[in-house]
Amino acid sequence: MGSVARIILQRLVLGLLTLLVVSIVIFTAVNMLPGDFAQAILGQGATPEAVDAIRKDLGLDQPLVVRYFDWLAGALRGDMGSSFAQANFASFVGAEAGERVTVLDQIAPRFSNTMFLATVTAAIAVPISLFLGVLAALYRNSVFDRAANIFTLTSISSPEFFLAYILILFLAVLNPVLPSLSNIFEGMTFADRLEKTLLPALTLTLVVTAHMMRMTRAAIINLLASPYIEMARLKGISPMRVIVRHALPNALAPIINVVALNLAYLITGVVVIEVVFVYPGIGQLFVDSVKIRDIPVVQACCLIFAAAYILLNLMADILSILSNPRLRHPK
Amino acid sequence: MTRLSRRGLLQTGAAAGVLGAMGTRTFGASHSEPKRGGTLRMGIAGANTSDSWDGRTHSDSYMIMMAHGCVFDCLTEVNAAGELVGELAESWEASPDAKVWTFNLRQGVTFHNGKPFGADDVIESLQMHVAEGAKSAAKPIVSAIAEMKKMSDHQVQFTLEAGNADFPYLMSDYHILMFPAGQVQEAIAGGIGTGLYKVESFDPGVRTVVSRVDSHYKDGRAGWFDSIEAIAINDSTARMNALMTGQVDAVNRVDFKTEPLMRANPNVMIFEVTGNQHFTFPMLTNVAPFNDVNVRKALKFAVNRQELVDKILLGHGAVANDHPIGPANQFYARDLPQNSYDPDKAKFHLKEAGMENLTIDLSASDAAFPGAVDAAQLYQASAGAAGITINVIQEPADGYWSNVWLKKPWCACYWSGRATEDWMFSTAYEAGVPWNDSQWDSEDSARFQELLLLGRAELDTDKRREIYHEMQAIMSSEGGTIVPMYANYVDAASSKLAHGPDIGNLWQMDGSRIAERWWFA
Repeated sequence: MGSVARIILQRLVLGLLTLLVVSIVIFTAVNMLPGDFAQAILGQGATPEAVDAIRKDLGLDQPLVVRYFDWLAGALRGDMGSSFAQANFASFVGAEAGERVTVLDQIAPRFSNTMFLATVTAAIAVPISLFLGVLAALYRNSVFDRAANIFTLTSISSPEFFLAYILILFLAVLNPVLPSLSNIFEGMTFADRLEKTLLPALTLTLVVTAHMMRMTRAAIINLLASPYIEMARLKGISPMRVIVRHALPNALAPIINVVALNLAYLITGVVVIEVVFVYPGIGQLFVDSVKIRDIPVVQACCLIFAAAYILLNLMADILSILSNPRLRHPK
Repeated sequence: MTRLSRRGLLQTGAAAGVLGAMGTRTFGASHSEPKRGGTLRMGIAGANTSDSWDGRTHSDSYMIMMAHGCVFDCLTEVNAAGELVGELAESWEASPDAKVWTFNLRQGVTFHNGKPFGADDVIESLQMHVAEGAKSAAKPIVSAIAEMKKMSDHQVQFTLEAGNADFPYLMSDYHILMFPAGQVQEAIAGGIGTGLYKVESFDPGVRTVVSRVDSHYKDGRAGWFDSIEAIAINDSTARMNALMTGQVDAVNRVDFKTEPLMRANPNVMIFEVTGNQHFTFPMLTNVAPFNDVNVRKALKFAVNRQELVDKILLGHGAVANDHPIGPANQFYARDLPQNSYDPDKAKFHLKEAGMENLTIDLSASDAAFPGAVDAAQLYQASAGAAGITINVIQEPADGYWSNVWLKKPWCACYWSGRATEDWMFSTAYEAGVPWNDSQWDSEDSARFQELLLLGRAELDTDKRREIYHEMQAIMSSEGGTIVPMYANYVDAASSKLAHGPDIGNLWQMDGSRIAERWWFA
């Protein structure tokens, strides 16, 4: 097990380095976009004096490198700062720095909403995909296999918003069983929250199922040609048992990897779904912030997204090691 | 997504006040007797995560509807029919030179936290806009006040730097909300006003819930709902969907493309008004060739306005006449000769300028107004017939207002209009003001600039009408801005709702006061 601990440590250090690189790339990329926060927030009212005043307030008149290291120094202390919008507003009402709404205050509720949606989706999508994958492997090339493939591939190939509208049409307009508006808020009961989240979660399920299901199917079928499976079959074990008991454990590594990849996608890539269903997740906050060039919020969101990928991949690797005795006990 | 919602729209524009203008009278809708009850759920575009209850920062429709339209009051109000009435002020009177204004305040009004409303609140609320470091959009209005004097607990006297007959209208501006004196900071944090609805919860850019106060000075004439839930829905498809599936009772900014489908739905009513919002093509008149009035005239005859209304607004608008005064203004010159598409006249004026043909650049981006680039291309096609070659330059939307508008000699722009003629002219057409996007202050604008100052201090309505009609005529024939069209406000509501005989046209959603004026039938 010592080797696993070492791998985790190594990966975590590498992950931190990745986050640093991500933060540099995002910072420069946002700065390369035309316009800055002052111009974006002032719109038509962007007189040179007003733009200069806001830039000075927020330190946007400093060189890029200085601003980056200021931000980095804060971030290393765990202080992600205040969003430009909040800082600008605070200078307006004369609020002290301590009273400001920080980036973390803004992100926390949005992030927990995003996690809720991702969890609900995963709770639906992962079991369905594994189940379908196993069945498809079991009855490979049958009508069922073909049908499952065609259905999931069609849904993964369609744009997300299109799937969302189809589901809205069938489940909210023609048969009003689910609300088309997923405006969840604090203080809702869990049941209400779940009901409001169901339609976006179903849409996302359609988006991610194909990937996981086909990977499960392929990994299992790949193993079915192995001698030990043939041995199991010759012993007269039922096909279902061959797959679930003998093939599936050995196919877990690639399946875990693809599940992790899709979970990361659920956390970072669902802006379109959030917009269509008016779901107050982190994606909308992120897009709004990019629009007004609110760098502190953009940075924080990107770090969360990058961290989600890094941690989920790390977790996937660890789980695949643990699921594979050969990797658990390297020679 | 929310192209019209851009901060600029409101920042530049639209405060309240339709001097005796025409609210749009609608027929067919059920005019039942108003009754109390129910929760109005609205899906509103124009919300931002940076929203707050600070009236100075308001620039987009969501906060205007929640603050100006629900939680806070102003001194004056423009009613649905377009007349100026008192809100927190009961009455007002001016000195003969329109320089000294005395406002009598309503008695017995309290803020949501129980504090009684009085003269101190008015003075402190106004001073917020000129405080050190405050970047209020209403600063020009308040800084024109030389002195504010508390005459008694319920009387305030304002002495202006110069006479301004429109002063009471300016006090209906949605930025100039009344906050409790000494508690401004708490009031901004929690939304403590004197309005019909008090704040229950406020999640910026996501959702706001307000509930009816138990008793209010508007009882019996406004505020019929028990509570209001405003959901921020910036995406137009999602907003239309929410109304169509009955998740909300009213939405603003109906998507023109889906409007026919919504109209076909029996559970939905569309309400559409033509106000002062207009789209423009300002030319910098201090730059050649636009310094030649004949070139400007040629361009006025080279645009097919009706085509722009039909194709860019899909009919949801009206042809405009190269001046910024709209049907919601009191002194709108209805009978002015209409500039219309006439390639021969355009050629004639071009010849007057000593040119056979002309090649010019027109900068446009959809940041200016939705469809601006298409509009520029239509202009290009129609001007071609008059020997004018327009190169349409598509500018990036980001930084458009900083890098293109006021900088490029000819570009696309929009204005949401102003409640009063003087306010509109002095914002964008008076010599020397920062937003003068046509820089029309040369010799040939002398009469216009002179009239502008005359009109401001004139209290006599007939004389003012004459002055403003003449100004519109001058701008229309010689001014430096092409104003091809007014864009309508198109909103929609569930047919369960009912409203009074008029719908305000100063701003979207019944002058942004749907929560006050409408009820469940």
